[in-house]
Amino acid sequence: MTRTLLTGNAAAAWGARLARIDYLPAFPITPQTEIIETVSRWIADDEMRCRMVMLESEHSMLTAAGAAASTGVRTFTATSSQGLLYGMEMLYTIAGWRVPLVLINVSRGLSAPITLEPDHNDILAARDSGCLQFHCATCQEVVDAILIAYRVAEQPQVRLPVIVNLDGFSLSFTREPVSLPDDETAARFLPAFRHDAGEFRGGRPASKAVAVIGGGAYSYFRYETHLAAMAAIDAYGEATRDFEQLFGRRYPSIECYRNDDAEISFVMIGSFATKAKEAVDRLRDAGHKVGLVRPFMLRPLPEADLRAALDGKAGIAVIDQNLAPGRGGILHGEVTSVLYGLKTRPAALLSYIGGLGGRDIGVEEFFQIAADVRAAIASGATPAPRLLYTQSELTDMRKMQAVAHVEAAGEELAS
Amino acid sequence: MTESQFKAARDLPSNHLLGSGTAMCAGCGGLGAVREVYDVLGENTIFINAAGCMTLLSVYPFTPFRGSWLYTAMASAPAGAQGVRDALDIRLAQGTLTKDEDLQVVVLTGDGSAGGMGLSATSAAIDRQLDFIYLCYDNEGYGNTGQQTSAATPHGARTATDPQAGGLPGRKKDLFAIWTANRPAYAATALAAEPLDLARKIETARDLTGPRLILTLAPCPTGWGFEPARSVEIGRLAVRTGIFPLKEYIDGRVVHNRIPHPRLPVEDYLKTQQRFAHLFEPRRDEKRIGEIQAAVDAYWQEVEENNA
Ligand SMILES: Cc1ncc(C[n+]2csc(CCOP(=O)(O)OP(=O)(O)O)c2C)c(N)n1
Ligand code: SF4
Ligand SMILES: [Mg+2]
Repeated sequence: MTRTLLTGNAAAAWGARLARIDYLPAFPITPQTEIIETVSRWIADDEMRCRMVMLESEHSMLTAAGAAASTGVRTFTATSSQGLLYGMEMLYTIAGWRVPLVLINVSRGLSAPITLEPDHNDILAARDSGCLQFHCATCQEVVDAILIAYRVAEQPQVRLPVIVNLDGFSLSFTREPVSLPDDETAARFLPAFRHDAGEFRGGRPASKAVAVIGGGAYSYFRYETHLAAMAAIDAYGEATRDFEQLFGRRYPSIECYRNDDAEISFVMIGSFATKAKEAVDRLRDAGHKVGLVRPFMLRPLPEADLRAALDGKAGIAVIDQNLAPGRGGILHGEVTSVLYGLKTRPAALLSYIGGLGGRDIGVEEFFQIAADVRAAIASGATPAPRLLYTQSELTDMRKMQAVAHVEAAGEELAS
Repeated sequence: MTESQFKAARDLPSNHLLGSGTAMCAGCGGLGAVREVYDVLGENTIFINAAGCMTLLSVYPFTPFRGSWLYTAMASAPAGAQGVRDALDIRLAQGTLTKDEDLQVVVLTGDGSAGGMGLSATSAAIDRQLDFIYLCYDNEGYGNTGQQTSAATPHGARTATDPQAGGLPGRKKDLFAIWTANRPAYAATALAAEPLDLARKIETARDLTGPRLILTLAPCPTGWGFEPARSVEIGRLAVRTGIFPLKEYIDGRVVHNRIPHPRLPVEDYLKTQQRFAHLFEPRRDEKRIGEIQAAVDAYWQEVEENNA
């Protein structure tokens, strides 16, 4: 074990290295590039034995990844944002192929307008693809999540791709202390690639992804994928128990922070949840019983763990770092459905949209959210979903709009 | 180069590896080519398929193949071939696969995918010098979806999306030229109606490494409008009218395997198909027939000049 300072991207590269990946099909996109550049340097310097190949798009990259995993090699790849959506057809496809591989997504807001900074609309667009999803909040989690992801993905009852998500900039480019497992212990936790009878090889014919006719066969195979994803809940439990024994770090599917005796819980995913942690401490200092609930595993959705964390609370605020236009926050809908029907479910369940395109969420905003929840508990009325946005941001925006209009007017005059 | 094992019709393979009873139409020229390719390449072949008519060869729980099959998507079959080829090479190097467990990796694609949304993946596979065979069956349209116009639809053909008088105003994309401009290991045109020529070309491709194109014209009774029994005759007419040149690119040079002599008028070919019927009924469209003939004449004139 070595302690060192790593960015989230370097942590992802280390995760791949410790997992002893055989194959990396790649395509560059900010803020993911450091991952593939790091691996390519290690390969050039003979520090890693892996074949890396540059594809011409993420659609092809995911096709190659799935095809290679179908042929029996441990496969790793990485993308972000526009790239994840460009490959979307193949995310669903490779989940249907039932192949184990790990895909890193470095979260970044989606176009339009185009931006480089993080939010979760990219990764949540892949929510229903059949690929499993782990959401990291620290660089340490990135390394560990990759090892755990391979363990889970390669279980025969699972055999699905896992997407490990880390936020662009706030994690990808942020240096944090990371404890790196040594090769031997990593190999004890994650043994050699687990081969499958359906792999392609001469003398053993196999057909994959053949067409079906009729809803009966289609429903069967689709539901089988669902059952495989659900089987990942137990596989995850087993993998993380072993992980804790070997490395001493715990990875519950849902991280709960000062939540046991909390009356109000914040629900968030990803690295911005560390801001919520800090706010929880400050709120506690001020005498408010507030906690944080952070799903690490979002697919499969660990419903029982999520219920256990939230049932009986007086109020909840879900802070979504995404926006589904015409609906609101995506996580808010997920949490609501998990709580429905519980006798002691929280009376107030509030929805906030924050952190879009990397916008910060301030401590004072968490204070405001907690106050809103208390008011909703008292009044029994749930307020409409709110966008976290300050008066000064609006003022700045108005200034930019004024400039934009001046330019537009100028063009008209010139023409 | 070693001498071909296919010298006369009696040398053609009789192993008939591909099972019968597929969902392809009777008289499908594409299926005819796949049959022969499979017989020459043998069972240790994996077909990486792009969306198209041939996707329905393998419908659960049946497959006509004795070897392997992977259906990918419409745009990325060459990337699927990349993944399989790379993984096989990794495993051969690791020693987790023996030499006789290796596979010949073959992309099976239609023209619509090949010249349209799959072109970027194809071109990039050539850039990377991927060791694979690219088998394109060209039925000159998006056949599986009802024969809409594709990049390979020829000038003057009527399709489901070019139903107007005069047919398609545009021209057929030259996939062979796109390939050869990027210097592959091998490229050839062929068709099921000329089985000996096809067998020799697959044999040549089989024994080379790198990106290898087999571009087959695939007479399509359903999409072109003719009786299934005329499929072979129409294929031969495509060659004898000079509309479909049989050629090979090898060692950096294009060689025409057969210079049709005498070259039949293009209308002998056009008249056999419903998609060109509007060129003759109710009135002869001299202008379009003339354009098609002129393009063919110009092509062969250039060939002759280069040969001279
Ligand atoms: C991304 C995507 N868009 C559209 C389709 C629908 N589609 C399936 S097959 C096909 C036609 C393919 O044409 P071609 O490659 O020439 O093969 P053919 O059908 O003629 O055999 C189309 C458009 C698809 N499968 N995927
Ligand atoms: S539509 Fe044409 S290419 Fe497709 S199966 Fe029928 S004959 Fe063959
Ligand atoms: Mg076609």
